[in-house]
Amino acid sequence: MKKSFIYILTAFLLCTTIISAQQTPAPKQVQDICIIGATAHIGNGQVINNSIIVLKDGKIELVANATTSKIDMSNMEVINADGQHVYPGFIVPNSTLGLGEIDSVRATQDNDEVGSMNPHIRSLIAYNTESKVVESMRPNGVLIGQITPQGGRIAGTSSIVQFDAWNWEDAALKTDDGVHINWPNPYTKGKWWLGEPSTLKPNKDYITQIEELTDYLEQGKAYLKGEKQTKHLPFEALQGIIMGSKKLYIHVDNAKGITDAVEFTKKNNIKDMVIVGGYEAYKVTGILKQNNIPVILKRVHSRPTSDDQDYDLPYKMAKTLVDNGILVALQVNGGQMERMNSRNLPFYAGTCAAYGLDKEEALKLITSNTAKILGIDDICGTLETGKDATLFISEGDALDMRTNKLSKAFIQGRDISLETHQTELYERYSEKYKNQ
Amino acid sequence: MIKKFSILVLLLGYISTYAQEYFPKNDGVHTTNTNYTAITNAKIYITPNQVIENATLLIKDGKVVSTGISVSIPKNAVIIDASNKTIYPSFIDIYSNFGLEKPQAAAKSNSPQYDSNREGFYWNDHIRSEQNAIEHFKYNQKEANNLRKAGFGVINTHIPDGIIRGTGTLIALTPNSGDASRILDNRSAQYYSTKKSVQSRQSYPTSLMGTMALLRQVNYDAEWYANGHSKVTDRTLEAYNTNKSLVQIIDAGSKVNALRFDKVGDEINTQFVIVGGGDEYERIDAIKETQATFIIPIDFPAAFDMEDPFIAEAANLSDLREWNQKPSNPKILAENNIKFTLTLKGLKEPKEFMPNLLKAIERGLDKTMALEALTTVPAEILGKQNQIGSLKDGTYANFLITSGDIFEKDVTLYENWVKGEKYEITSMTTKDIRGDYSISLAGNTYDLNVSGKMEKLKSTVKANEKTLGSKISFQDNWLNLTFSNIDTTKQNYVRLTSKISNINSIKGKAFLPNGNETTFSAKKIEKTDSTSKDKKETKKDAPVFIPVNYPNEAYGFKTMPKQETILFKNATVWTNEQEGILNETDVLIKNGKIAKIGNNLNENNAIVVDATGKHLTSGIIDEHSHIATSAVNEAGQNASSEVTIEDVIDAEDVSIYRNLAGGVTSIQILHGSANPIGGRSAVIKLKWGETANNLIYTDSPKFIKFALGENVKQSNWGRHANIRFPQTRMGVEQVYIDYFTRAKEYETLKKSGKPYRKDLELETLVEILNEERFISCHSYVQSEINMLMKVADQFDFNINTFTHILEGYKLADKMKEHGVGGSTFSDWWAYKYEVNDAIPYNAAIMHNAGITVAINSDDPEMSRRLNQEAAKSVKYGDVSEEDAWKFVTLNPAKLLHIDDRVGSIKVGKDADVVLWSHNPLSIYAKAEKTLIDGITYFDIERDKQLRREMKQEKNELTNMMLQAKNKGLKTVPVKKKEKQTFHCDTVEGHTH
Repeated sequence: MKKSFIYILTAFLLCTTIISAQQTPAPKQVQDICIIGATAHIGNGQVINNSIIVLKDGKIELVANATTSKIDMSNMEVINADGQHVYPGFIVPNSTLGLGEIDSVRATQDNDEVGSMNPHIRSLIAYNTESKVVESMRPNGVLIGQITPQGGRIAGTSSIVQFDAWNWEDAALKTDDGVHINWPNPYTKGKWWLGEPSTLKPNKDYITQIEELTDYLEQGKAYLKGEKQTKHLPFEALQGIIMGSKKLYIHVDNAKGITDAVEFTKKNNIKDMVIVGGYEAYKVTGILKQNNIPVILKRVHSRPTSDDQDYDLPYKMAKTLVDNGILVALQVNGGQMERMNSRNLPFYAGTCAAYGLDKEEALKLITSNTAKILGIDDICGTLETGKDATLFISEGDALDMRTNKLSKAFIQGRDISLETHQTELYERYSEKYKNQ
Repeated sequence: MIKKFSILVLLLGYISTYAQEYFPKNDGVHTTNTNYTAITNAKIYITPNQVIENATLLIKDGKVVSTGISVSIPKNAVIIDASNKTIYPSFIDIYSNFGLEKPQAAAKSNSPQYDSNREGFYWNDHIRSEQNAIEHFKYNQKEANNLRKAGFGVINTHIPDGIIRGTGTLIALTPNSGDASRILDNRSAQYYSTKKSVQSRQSYPTSLMGTMALLRQVNYDAEWYANGHSKVTDRTLEAYNTNKSLVQIIDAGSKVNALRFDKVGDEINTQFVIVGGGDEYERIDAIKETQATFIIPIDFPAAFDMEDPFIAEAANLSDLREWNQKPSNPKILAENNIKFTLTLKGLKEPKEFMPNLLKAIERGLDKTMALEALTTVPAEILGKQNQIGSLKDGTYANFLITSGDIFEKDVTLYENWVKGEKYEITSMTTKDIRGDYSISLAGNTYDLNVSGKMEKLKSTVKANEKTLGSKISFQDNWLNLTFSNIDTTKQNYVRLTSKISNINSIKGKAFLPNGNETTFSAKKIEKTDSTSKDKKETKKDAPVFIPVNYPNEAYGFKTMPKQETILFKNATVWTNEQEGILNETDVLIKNGKIAKIGNNLNENNAIVVDATGKHLTSGIIDEHSHIATSAVNEAGQNASSEVTIEDVIDAEDVSIYRNLAGGVTSIQILHGSANPIGGRSAVIKLKWGETANNLIYTDSPKFIKFALGENVKQSNWGRHANIRFPQTRMGVEQVYIDYFTRAKEYETLKKSGKPYRKDLELETLVEILNEERFISCHSYVQSEINMLMKVADQFDFNINTFTHILEGYKLADKMKEHGVGGSTFSDWWAYKYEVNDAIPYNAAIMHNAGITVAINSDDPEMSRRLNQEAAKSVKYGDVSEEDAWKFVTLNPAKLLHIDDRVGSIKVGKDADVVLWSHNPLSIYAKAEKTLIDGITYFDIERDKQLRREMKQEKNELTNMMLQAKNKGLKTVPVKKKEKQTFHCDTVEGHTH
């Protein structure tokens, strides 16, 4: 009796542990790994059809054509990936992964702080490495994310993390990489739900709101030049963008706002500015190109914002921007289900390919371009020697959901688990019916 | 003091004149005026079609005695000479709230209110048949003056509040006598609207479909009440039954609502007179089919301010077109022989009425029709043609005296008589001084031009070709003209004044800038007409009317596409039948059906489409959609089986077109998940450009939405939503058991032949019990799913579909046993607590367990890419491509009981097919052609053409608006109506 109770209890505990715990981060790479035979999608537009890829000490040691390069594979773990595809880990920018778990449960939300000017708010320390949503990214090849606070005029400071870590310190790839501004809206709309006429008018406060931002930066600059006898936390947090060591991300969708944001950046001598959203960036490509401003494009799988727009406008925007020489990356933010949908990032790139971009060019939108824009292209974004061995093997084309099936994924050379809360439930219930 | 006294005398005088004869009189002797008034030598419109020149209008006691050329004028007649004048019956507006204020709104509260405020009335506070306008009517002289100035003599007014608003009251706008004389009928019509009363916060109905269902139910309840079956008193139903004999006027407010409420009217044997939206021209055939009489507003929109190109770009083509097209609405109604009257509704002030009407006439509205619409038609609608609306003998003496054609821009309205009482707008003795003059003054000559309306003249004074600032006033034939000094460096003025008796020779006093007084003379100059005529002719250029599209918005069709015979050659055909996927196969589409499948097919006159390398499939079917509807949830009660989405289909939702572009051909528009027993579905084909009714499947299978979990227990509705039963899953079960138990009892009673109260809610549930209607139930966690199957077992029916069914994988065996299908999301989860265990393998597990599985959208974005969502089942769970494809085609067809018609490529089935550029499950696939019933509703090449045409048209309209602004016309900010996107948990008017 007692025994069976213990047995049941153990079984129960085992069971629940399996179900509720997150995947254990993989240990450091000790043995060299060699992936041979795969089609390597480098992430910079190039493809090596029969490739050889060597991972050593968490870094990519070699990427070469297997037919021409021969190496000594003894002492290496050899992965035969004939007919499969290798990709650099996909990067999701402007994301709230790990800052929230269940949309409708307020207690799980850590993405939006009160206050308007919050450059000192740092996403990294709230990033939950054990999020079930985060782990569900990995089986689709999304391995890196820029975790970004939301809300207010200056939302806060983002950090870039990889998705296999014990804690946020382990996770951090680049701490406090940039500050995010939500650009004021040049237009106001009638609040139809309050019975106001549904009209679009210039926002009377727009100029003032921009001036507030300019003043704030001026104040910050003045403070930073001074003695700083009394610490001003938000101004301290502006240092990076003022000195040019950090990026300034301006979240804005409309053409007028984008134009003004570029002007603002120039006027304030900000070195690195990135447009996030950029729904109407295609209307002002000249200005963006001229000023070398990249765009992290609003989510591809969305509806046109106005009845008259082409049904495929969001699908083909990336192509328009790329054709005009603009550096573009894709994100998932905006609208419903943004966090959990981040695992569909590869299919957004696939859609961009369906609507005009070359497939390898589309791949860049979620790999090398993103790495460049986020300033992490020295460590990730392509399959190139010296970069982190953050990559994965897919049975087929990873931009297409039919064939995006991962057999292996590595983060910094660590052979990470591709199991999730969801795969475990799948296995558990498949097993249940098999035994019936 | 003297002034005050005289007013008092005046008032007393009138009162004594019009006081009722049987009233005691204590301020003097009894007087009775038996005199006649004869207005002579006028052109008289007895009716819009019966006009006599040089005639006399003889009136007495506020009524027309006779009209004609040879009217004998009694001796005791006051004669008014109206030579060169025209007399019209005055206008009538039968949709007004003159003299009635909107009732005070109920106090606000965060807590919802489900019950009524009232006792002894109907259970729903928004049904207010017992309201009578007359009890609240308060004559408003200022408003009345404005109405009379605009030519109106009689208005029918009502309390603008509630769905049923009670009776109106017919008011003659007599200027002097009191209400006793004004009230022509104190119960003149019963009014309805689509909007709830502000006097109560009672939730139900929260939606338009609830409103429609409520109107039906009230009618059944009233019948039952009239038959004496009620045990209690219901003053609302009593009033409703009494009011049934009156004219029933409903403010529909738009063409679609006109069609919707006309249908409701048909069901309750009521032909509504419908207040339209001015957009009837967009669906004129359907409007005509209603055979209703319409009350039409002419509040034509102003041009948008398009100066900021960024803002201009945001304007929707449909709104630009509306500006261009709306003024032609009355003309189009008239041309289609639709009976209509006009209303002031929507105009800020009555004085805006005539300019808008002139616009409509400029667009081709026949003047006689316009006059009928303002006189005889409204009179007929109210059945008062013997009293108002004409100048036939015996009618009220309600007429207008004008200087000429009342529908000409420069006409002067002199007098508006109501019930024989004169209201003067412009004195008839006033000389028409409009024209050009030459003024001689102190050795200088000035050119004066007087123009504008007689009531409001404008002056231009020139000296030596230089225009001087000037101001004119002209009253009681006294002219006052002020203009600036000819020496413009000086800031002083010349003033002229003259009492004019002969406009050809004007003499008067002048006060010079230096203060000296002198005389002036002015001579009228007849300018040669050539220049002004030219001007007129260029003006008369008929404004460009942009043709109506179907629907009349972006991507609408100029002419509807036709059914065609199409031969697809060499396609990869995904049959969804035993044949599986056929390579290099031909498919012939003919007469809206799939006619042949095979190799080397030939067909005369067929359009041949080379589909080499392309894929042909049956159209995608979305089991769970909320596009193309004006409402989703009736959230006012925990059960709403009386409502149906079929009532509120929105055939103009651009999402229809975008879904076609994603290869979707059929959808089930489901009610939302606000309550355990939701509303009935609409199963439709996405026939873009058709009317709402034509989208619904013929012999449509009947469905209803049920829902479980967080939404029905209002978990995420905010902290105040905690009073409606049920608040727990435990309560949800009891709601079902309660309703099905009552439905059974109801059916027993109904079958017994005993009297019963027809209950639309229970009628629907009886259909479910009899397996004539199928349930698609929104569901997440396994406990509640299991529960509902057990409830169904208990009442001996089956659940047809669990939709969402995110934990279906946890009880797939039980579902299989029950025989229920599962329609799920591919990979949504984590958006609320109950979807924490949702997994993307759900479809695969259910499928492997032998359940009919569909993948649905519940979202207007995802629905455009359901092919991709199906493909995710290949990734998650290794479902074969052929089976995965069925998740969005054949399987939903089965779940919707339409698989005998659609869902596969099989000879004899409807030609609802899609031609894809690639394997349809691939991310790279684009729909190139989407056909429904053999009609190509989406074509990727035609789409390009439409884009080009739209761009051009928008540009033209933008220029027209810019021109309007340059001409000095009023412009308004660009309209940007955000269409609410609907999901399961959308409650109209709520934001959560």
